[in-house]
Amino acid sequence: MTELKHVHAEERAHKSNAILHPQTPLQASAEPYTDEQLAQLNTDIDEIIARYPVKRSALLPILHLVQSVDGYVTGRGVRLCAERLGLTEAEVSGVATFYTQYKRHPNGDYTIGVCTNTLCAVMGGDLIFDAVSEHLGIGHDETTEDGKITLERVECNAACDYAPVVMANWEFFDKQTPESAVRMADDLRAGKDVVPTRGAAKVCTFKHIERVLAGFPDEHANEGVGAGEQSLEGLRLAHQNDWRAPGDEGGPLSEEPVQNTAITDETGGPLPGEPHSSADRQED
Amino acid sequence: MATTLTPVLTKHWDDPRSWTLETYQRDGGYQALDKALHTDPAALIDEVKNSGLRGRGGAGFPTGLKWSFLPEPDGGPRYLVVNADESEPGTCKDIPLMMATPHILLEGVAITSFAIGCNHAFIYLRGEVVHVYRRLMNAVQEAYDAGLLGKDIGGTGFDLDVTVHAGAGAYECGEETALLDSLEGRRGQPRLKPPFPAVEGLYARPTVVNNVESVASVPSIIANGADWFSGMGTEKSKGYGIFSLSGHVTRPGQYEAPLGITLRELLDMAGGVREGHELKFWTPGGSSTPIFTAAELDVPLDFDSVAAAGSMLGTRALQIFDDTVSVVHAVARWTDFYAHESCGKCTPCREGTYWMKQIMTRLEHGEGTAEDIETLLDVCDNIFGRSFCALGDAATSPVTSGIQHFREEFELGTHTPWWEAFPPEASALFPVATSKETVSA
Repeated sequence: MTELKHVHAEERAHKSNAILHPQTPLQASAEPYTDEQLAQLNTDIDEIIARYPVKRSALLPILHLVQSVDGYVTGRGVRLCAERLGLTEAEVSGVATFYTQYKRHPNGDYTIGVCTNTLCAVMGGDLIFDAVSEHLGIGHDETTEDGKITLERVECNAACDYAPVVMANWEFFDKQTPESAVRMADDLRAGKDVVPTRGAAKVCTFKHIERVLAGFPDEHANEGVGAGEQSLEGLRLAHQNDWRAPGDEGGPLSEEPVQNTAITDETGGPLPGEPHSSADRQED
Repeated sequence: MATTLTPVLTKHWDDPRSWTLETYQRDGGYQALDKALHTDPAALIDEVKNSGLRGRGGAGFPTGLKWSFLPEPDGGPRYLVVNADESEPGTCKDIPLMMATPHILLEGVAITSFAIGCNHAFIYLRGEVVHVYRRLMNAVQEAYDAGLLGKDIGGTGFDLDVTVHAGAGAYECGEETALLDSLEGRRGQPRLKPPFPAVEGLYARPTVVNNVESVASVPSIIANGADWFSGMGTEKSKGYGIFSLSGHVTRPGQYEAPLGITLRELLDMAGGVREGHELKFWTPGGSSTPIFTAAELDVPLDFDSVAAAGSMLGTRALQIFDDTVSVVHAVARWTDFYAHESCGKCTPCREGTYWMKQIMTRLEHGEGTAEDIETLLDVCDNIFGRSFCALGDAATSPVTSGIQHFREEFELGTHTPWWEAFPPEASALFPVATSKETVSA
């Protein structure tokens, strides 16, 4: 059971016309990169630039790369982008401040993003945000003092059939409750391995994920489910009723709902009833 | 006969390791590409035109026609850019498709590229879905290794490179010209059209921008023929599509069906509205499409029927809200979203969403004024049709349709906070313990 202890998110967020997503200005970092860092960055940047016919297209991935080293968009990172792409620092900053994934101050090791767009908010996302916020003692775009967790409100993350949704470093945690989200935050903070509902075998650090988002694959692509339960609702019903598209002779339908068994092994999601599993929200 | 489901795109989502090339090829994957590479590109475009496939990203523009708008080849590059920036509130079909079966998209990319004479295609994926990015990069690598991408594909002399690009968080980049600006390394802001991307798109070269589901539908059309595809759906909305049910429904999820299915039919399949509650309002195609009520349960979900009923089919993002939900709160939160995501380029959208947000907030708190409803409608009137892209228009949809169907709740907002009229714990999908003193602020 969730205890509703506090005022609604709206109450807090809208005081004096405050905005839901306040953001601070970019912070500069005067300390230069070490030679070693710079060599690696330049090698990676060369590889990114080579993906595109026009080098400015490399800017978004390079900003992700900067965050994979610095943990946010630093002044030195902006300068490096500008130098490598033949842009002004103002042009780079203008881009960096447009996109919400580029952080303006040091990010925690883990970003917990609670969806508070309408559907998730109504299904319980507001209550989840309040619970996590209260538990961690931080608000939107703030980081715990130990530097572990940054809390955010996020917009619709394309998983509405799994509402309410929480993202941890951009991995899916489906059908969450205040309890499951608070426990996830505690486990991440304690350095435990935390398993997304649909995603890698565990949540990786912010810097690790930022390197992937710069287009450098890690070894986790084959982990986790192909599709989650909700994604398969229609297909399951079609199987039950033998509904097919015209001309579909059937073919190799899976004998068992394989993905549901897959999530019980160590490479997939949690067992039902385990922390972070969908059972957390089952009505009693 | 009642409409039944037609799994095509979703057919293999439950295969073990559905995302791998091995699984995809075992089920016949890339045979359509092989067929396409031995077909005249113009005939491929005709086939897709004849299928009647309309864009699955919301606007519903005929896909084959879009391809045919490219000018004659001039020896310079032409591009395909896949819009995988799925961010419309309520929309959740492309992300599971790419996570489960990225190769169906890649096969569509290869066929489309061959048809339009493109040798470098891009998939612009929103950045907030890292595991989907992993799966796409993995699939691209598998395809290169198998000779399905790269140089001289299948010995036909056709070369194709595919770059998967991660965005960085901006709803606006789902608009095709903003997406192109973003892919060029700029702020994601829309361009004035014309020139359309077909003439001057990525790097000012002829470009086709198509939604993930549109491109993923191409292999089945090439494999089975235009008539097969157009045999499903309605007169002007051919084929199948993924319908995404979310919210207060017993079994939310993805239901692939012919266009023209109704919400009543889909709700029957999904176990109905949450037990003990009634349908209050729903979106047919995401938050940007005007809301419907129970009165529209039997409207065929195809482009024209939904438009005739006063909304838009959009992305078939069916968000279901039951009788516990405050319309003012729902609309206010969507308004927050549009204000947050307005790129700031056009004054009516940038300023209009800002002011609507102030008014909606007052109404949420029960502090609205007698003039607020008329002011909101006036602001909407000044936004609609006055911005470069559709975001501004979209921002007005929840407000105007909310007032149209539930004006009394907006009037309630002049004296009663939404959470007193509609306690939020009643809407949550998990049990919430409350007591009087903790609910009131």
